[in-house]
Amino acid sequence: MSGSILIQAIVFLAGAIICVPLAKKLGLSSVLGYLLAGILIGPYMLGFVGEEGDDILHFAEFGVVMMLFLIGLEIEPKNFWKMRKTILGMGGAQVVLTIIVSCLVLILMDLDWKVALTISMAVALSSTAITLQTIKEKGLFDTVYGTSSFSILLFQDIIVILMLAVIPLLSNVENAPATDDHSSATFLLENLPLGFQAAAIMLSVVFVIVAGRYLIVPIMRRVATTRVRELLTASALLIVLGITYLMELVGLSPALGAFLGGVVLATSEFKHELESTLEPFKGLLLGLFFMAVGASINFIVIGDNPLMIGGLVVGVIALKAIILFVVATMFKLKIDQKLLLAIGLAQIGEFAFVLLSFAFQLNILDSVQLDVMLVVTALTMTLAPILGMVNERLVLPRIGTKEYEKRPIDHIAKTHKVILVGFGHFGSTVGRFLRASGIEATILDQDSNRVDLLRKMGFEVYYGDATRMDLLESAGISEAKILICAIDDPDTTIYLAKMLKEKYPQVKLMVRAKNRNDAYELLNLGIENVYRESLETSVKLAGDVLHDMGFRKYTVHRQAQKFIQYDEESLRRLAEESKVNDEYIFRVREEIEQQEKQLEEDLKRGLIENDKQWDSELMRLRE
Amino acid sequence: MKRVLILFAHPKFEQSRTNKALVQKVNNREGVTFHDLYERYPDFNIDVSLEKKLLERHDVVVWHHPFYWYNCPPLMKQWIDVVLEFGWAYGPQGNALETKKCLNVITTGGSRDIYCSEGNNHYSVNEFLRPFEQTARLCGMQYLPPFAVMGTHKLSTQELNHHTHQYELLMDFLQKDMPVGDVENCAFLNDMPELNKNNAT
Repeated sequence: MSGSILIQAIVFLAGAIICVPLAKKLGLSSVLGYLLAGILIGPYMLGFVGEEGDDILHFAEFGVVMMLFLIGLEIEPKNFWKMRKTILGMGGAQVVLTIIVSCLVLILMDLDWKVALTISMAVALSSTAITLQTIKEKGLFDTVYGTSSFSILLFQDIIVILMLAVIPLLSNVENAPATDDHSSATFLLENLPLGFQAAAIMLSVVFVIVAGRYLIVPIMRRVATTRVRELLTASALLIVLGITYLMELVGLSPALGAFLGGVVLATSEFKHELESTLEPFKGLLLGLFFMAVGASINFIVIGDNPLMIGGLVVGVIALKAIILFVVATMFKLKIDQKLLLAIGLAQIGEFAFVLLSFAFQLNILDSVQLDVMLVVTALTMTLAPILGMVNERLVLPRIGTKEYEKRPIDHIAKTHKVILVGFGHFGSTVGRFLRASGIEATILDQDSNRVDLLRKMGFEVYYGDATRMDLLESAGISEAKILICAIDDPDTTIYLAKMLKEKYPQVKLMVRAKNRNDAYELLNLGIENVYRESLETSVKLAGDVLHDMGFRKYTVHRQAQKFIQYDEESLRRLAEESKVNDEYIFRVREEIEQQEKQLEEDLKRGLIENDKQWDSELMRLRE
Repeated sequence: MKRVLILFAHPKFEQSRTNKALVQKVNNREGVTFHDLYERYPDFNIDVSLEKKLLERHDVVVWHHPFYWYNCPPLMKQWIDVVLEFGWAYGPQGNALETKKCLNVITTGGSRDIYCSEGNNHYSVNEFLRPFEQTARLCGMQYLPPFAVMGTHKLSTQELNHHTHQYELLMDFLQKDMPVGDVENCAFLNDMPELNKNNAT
């Protein structure tokens, strides 16, 4: 037994290690790599993995749960509250419309309305795992497309609870036995009165929120003081597993519960700790999940009925995409955002596996219907990333916001070329100031609404991911003198900086850093011009305080300039030191240590030296 | 009553005993606008149109500053460079300042006796102030002799009180627009008989 587990683990890991880099090399997303690895090692290709694929699928769903927990960590409660309209509006419209249309089509195809409704519910759901992983990988989370997708997926996660509650009502058999242990866990409360069920659900949500604040954070603090790293890993896992169990117990979606838990902890000091601890688990489990989906594609069913399956897959994707497109139009998205959304969410999701198997146990679906639908689900999931890629490479550049619009470039602009990456809050100020001084930067941005606006205003703008070398090249990186990186995400910034330093060392890099730590990292990469976004502003604020306390403005002005200079020097000194301890120290603790060093330096230095200039004290003493 | 504009420039005002005492006498005086340049423009970014409006609203312009290296502090020079525009303060249509009066109020560390051909500084204060005098003249202003508080390093409290009182009297004199004939022959306004009546007024 242990031997077979070992072999399985080896097969999965090896499959991933071989297929994912290969997919990446071909310019495909890692999701597709995992899916292909799954197909390859699955029972119908190499046969390394057999029927146990389903169990693995169930286990690997933790990956999805963790992903939502991590996403929750990045969304602060008040931002979540702001999204409520999009969640209900877009999510509601998408689910309801899809169910209605798909149900009508299936009834026209002579299916029983109960079967049609069940299948339609499954079809209405999209894959959180695939979509969000792809969005994160491309760094599109902050675009309209990203938030819209997320809103719809979150609504689906909520509505799936309702679906699981409705399906038994469609059952042809009274008191259908619930044998599968997943559903027995789901319906622990089934025999209790409805009011009590609702109360239990509410209570557990409240429990997650309250426990997040008053139980988890104090425990994490305790654990952190022990300075045993694996205990933090253990508690992070415990949080996610605990939430999952609780949610399954009361019949809520674990992913939803984990998301809530994440939101609650988003403002805690352990945010980054939890993130860095769970990230690798999430990645591996999601990979496992995608491989399990790949392995579960039943090629015998496909072989028996290739035309019908093909037709269904095409039909489902077309139907979902059209309805998403309509919903996106209702919510006034731009054409390319609409296309991204429509194609991004056109697959059937992982919840369909649960929903369909559950309906099968309740005798709503027969085994042929179940098999066909499972295959269709897995196939749409596999095709989704491919379609997304086709959309991005072949369709989008032709429609709507093009990567590049031809515009005559005058000679000076060409030889003194400045490229500005990112035109958000930071970058726009940079770009506007440059333009006000007559310097036109070439702009790269990945928000199509913004790109269109900027083009209207006469900027030379390229649309897309700035870490793509081909895009940078068409934006003229080879002739550029300066590249300004004003990207918000530190990881992307560092990736871009590394890449450019290697391939275009002659281009001067001027890089925005979110904070001291990012600045250290950039300095240690050998980038000279690092601009901390908070430094000048906070010194200015402190200066205004000093003025309010009675200091003269000019004195404060000089002190502030000295302080900034001193802080830049100490930054460079401490960056040298931070090289030494890189990997194994807790990130949060490292930050505290850095701050300690910094404060110690301040202490050694004492008060900023007073100007001796203009001081007649010395002359007075002499005389 | 004439309106007086004091343009004050001191980069380290908080540490100047003499100037604090002098300023205290004039900064809340009715009919006198005390304009603290280093406090207003710590970044040297002078609002030219505002400065012009201020000038237009006053009859007497006072350049009040410590005498550093025989000159005014840099922000005062910056003020002269950017505010006194061609075509406004001087040049063909540059008559905005015509008929106004203008003078320097300065503080020096060295005493009056080292500011002469035999002293360490070789030249008199009046000679050092020639650029200001000519600037005022080019702008059509009437340049008055300076009011100088000298030897500030060794000033006793009593002496300081005397100077500040004189500064007050000077303001009085300027506001009432006394005839200038009286002062044209003295090197310093400090020596004017009106400021040395021994509290007779």
